[in-house]
Amino acid sequence: MSSALSRSLEGESRPAFDWKQFLLKYNIVVVLLLICVALSVYTDRFLNQENIINITRQVSINGILAIGMTMVVLTAGIDLSVGSLVAFSGVVTAVLLRDHHWPILMVVPMSLAAGMLLGSVNGYFVAYWRAAPFVVTLAMMTAARGMTFVYSKGRPISPLPAEFLFLGKGSLGPVPIPVIIFLLTFLAGYVILRHFRIGRYIYAVGGNETAAVVSGINIKLVKVFVYSFSGLLCGLAAVILTARVSAGLPQAGQSYELDAIAATVIGGTSLSGGRGRLWGTLIGALLLGVVNNGLDLMEISSFYQQIVKGVIILGAVLIDSKRHGS
Amino acid sequence: MSAPVQTSQTGQTGQTVQAGRAGGPDPAPVRPFLEMKGISKRFPGVTALDNVDFRLVPGRVHALMGENGAGKSTLMRILAGLDCPDEGEIFLDGQKMQRLESPRQAIELGIAMIHQELNPVLEMTVAENLFLGREFVRRRLFVDSRAMRREAVKLLDDLGVNLDPDRRMAELTVGQMQMVEIAKAVSYRANIIIMDEPTSAVTSKEVDRLFEIVGRLKGEGKCVIYITHKMDEVFAISDEITVFRDGRYIGTYDTGSINEMELIRLMVARDLNEMFPEKTHQLGDVRLKVDRLTRRGAFADVSFEVRAGEILGLAGLVGAGRTEVVEAIFGVTPPDSGQVLVDGVKLPCRSPRSAIASRLGLVTEDRKLSGLVLTMDVHDNIALPSLPKLSTPLGLLKLKQAAKETARFIEALRIKTFSPKELVRNLSGGNQQKVILAKWLATKPSVMIFDEPTRGIDVGAKSEIYKLVVDMAAEGVAVVLISSEMKEILGMCDRIVVMRQGAGVAVVERGQASQELLLLHATGLGGREDGPPDGRQGEERHELRP
Ligand SMILES: Nc1ncnc2c1ncn2[C@@H]1O[C@H](COP(=O)(O)OP(=O)(O)OP(=O)(O)O)[C@@H](O)[C@H]1O
Ligand SMILES: [Mg+2]
Repeated sequence: MSSALSRSLEGESRPAFDWKQFLLKYNIVVVLLLICVALSVYTDRFLNQENIINITRQVSINGILAIGMTMVVLTAGIDLSVGSLVAFSGVVTAVLLRDHHWPILMVVPMSLAAGMLLGSVNGYFVAYWRAAPFVVTLAMMTAARGMTFVYSKGRPISPLPAEFLFLGKGSLGPVPIPVIIFLLTFLAGYVILRHFRIGRYIYAVGGNETAAVVSGINIKLVKVFVYSFSGLLCGLAAVILTARVSAGLPQAGQSYELDAIAATVIGGTSLSGGRGRLWGTLIGALLLGVVNNGLDLMEISSFYQQIVKGVIILGAVLIDSKRHGS
Repeated sequence: MSAPVQTSQTGQTGQTVQAGRAGGPDPAPVRPFLEMKGISKRFPGVTALDNVDFRLVPGRVHALMGENGAGKSTLMRILAGLDCPDEGEIFLDGQKMQRLESPRQAIELGIAMIHQELNPVLEMTVAENLFLGREFVRRRLFVDSRAMRREAVKLLDDLGVNLDPDRRMAELTVGQMQMVEIAKAVSYRANIIIMDEPTSAVTSKEVDRLFEIVGRLKGEGKCVIYITHKMDEVFAISDEITVFRDGRYIGTYDTGSINEMELIRLMVARDLNEMFPEKTHQLGDVRLKVDRLTRRGAFADVSFEVRAGEILGLAGLVGAGRTEVVEAIFGVTPPDSGQVLVDGVKLPCRSPRSAIASRLGLVTEDRKLSGLVLTMDVHDNIALPSLPKLSTPLGLLKLKQAAKETARFIEALRIKTFSPKELVRNLSGGNQQKVILAKWLATKPSVMIFDEPTRGIDVGAKSEIYKLVVDMAAEGVAVVLISSEMKEILGMCDRIVVMRQGAGVAVVERGQASQELLLLHATGLGGREDGPPDGRQGEERHELRP
């Protein structure tokens, strides 16, 4: 091909390794590692098997939600209803278990279906009514919370069968079940985005909707898909949460959407759509988890933790805008 | 970098400059107003500029020429303070500086740029766009929109542009937007005005007006840098020409001392034979039949047929409704009545999806708005409309096959990119255009519609694209070609439908077609200066929203 190209490939003008480029590209990984190193130097309670497993367990619910959130954000949308959908699906799960004595193998799909149903309602309004995602999901956030309280009469739903609780508290060997579910979900999300047609369509819709339409993409379907998928993951997270706290709590999941958005944004996904990677979200969720854990270990009050979290989010966005600057 | 070669080259080109200047008509302004020396700029994987020189003399129009990706826009971005060079120095009016810090500084130093890719604020009015970033302010706080309006009217009138300053930018055609950008650049009263492909989307009438403006700026002793791929414009307007190739400085020449063939050879470093390829193949049956297609407010009762292997031209002034017709055929904006048949089967015209399923392809005229997903890489952009074919029924992508497909088209169209994984936004304008072509060719259409396919494409690539189109036709594809370049229409098409104000007014066969005849039909009157009587030819709405 062009000589300029081959020249720059062989040319000594280009350093063998571009540190700046590397740091900009993998900034959050570097930050995560730095924090881990700092914490293990500061306290020996950080770097041990028990604590690490503890962190991953804590991260898994937010991680699962953030995967759905990433897909939504990639289409230039946002899903604020995540926390409410978790509560809704959780209460549905608990009622089916306690009052109707459904077997676990049927309850779990029902929880997923409940989340997906409400998610698809989000998707329907965003796609077919061209309503702003912020507003649609804000309405859903409020409405689903209300439905949850009505359905549960505002009371926690317990006790739940012990076999079910295993899904939140149990482990396979050393690895907690929630972590396994999280990793499988991540894998599924990754495969969808990388190896399935719909994955490319998600990026295309977020990057340039008009060009996507002209290229023959059914953008409505894509939008319904991402909101439904996000809802489905809410149902999944609800199963874990309900099992972990041994009850269906109508007030559960408050501000989960914000954590999911935070992980997504820290992971480098652009809120204007079309740009982002799922592994970034994974690191983003881990980063949040490690920071929370570290501040816990340092016995810093949760009020300060929120400030730190805010700073991290802002920092991540600033680095990102620097990377894509001008 | 091999230093000795570099120096000898610079020495050589230095002589060229001397020679050029000695032959110039006016030896007085020897001292250049701007000099850029040894400028280099590297992007990851690409050397966009490799030790290039450039200089400007006041009162002369300087054309900057080179193939797509030669580095023209990059140098201009450096001059306008949008990029910083890795090496080199800039002398402005004798003053040395390493680089320009920001677009703001460039404007303060009297450098204004009309960008290749327009970026107006679509929701704002013409007046607001003209004075964006330097709004008139009353009592230090309130935007004085009345004064802005007044100034805008004055400015536009002065340039002879007939535009209401209160219209939203979104309502304008690309050509009109470009006129607004030109007005904006002029209004900075800059000493250096950079025009990066200002005529890639305007009507001949607007080109005439632009040339007048350039002439006036030149008379005022300003420097105008003019980038274009249109050879006739270069020779019509420039005083001197600088040629880049592959990011290297080739030389600066007096326009009078060089002819078109020589210039092309300098740009592409090879001989180009015939621009338009010979067509020898037979035409087949009717492939595309458009019957009394109508969309209220845009076009009415448009009918034509295209046979397999035929290239049908749609000629007309910008705003004649050509783009609307093909967008209706493709289902982007469905028609109100009439029908479209492909191989005898009725096309629903409801969405691009069904059009693609019936093996239609459409290269749209606006690459940023509807052509490309700038946040995706070259590979993904090319593969986008073909993904149903490149995946299993369940939607699992055949990645290897997709990569092979796109690599084939990158090579066939000679798309200059570091890798298929490069973001399309990092490609030069012409190479972005090639990506759009590739993406549609990859769908293997049986009817292919091109709306200004060679906009912003260099001469070499143009002839390659023409060959590609003819090859497609030879394989039995029915081709519809919209172009504002008469030469292109005349050189390529078997038959030409001329449109005027939303109606097909004439069909001209290849043998009889001539520039004059087409213009006669297109304007409904005669020569090119007339236009439709109410001056509405620029009224085409530029909307492409589903
Ligand atoms: N931000 C960027 N990142 C990476 N590569 C870039 C970037 N900007 C430009 N390039 C590369 O630099 C080279 C020169 O690009 P440039 O836009 O200057 O070309 P050009 O001469 O203006 O071409 P055209 O006639 O197509 O507009 C191209 O190979 C392009 O891909
Ligand atoms: Mg350019």
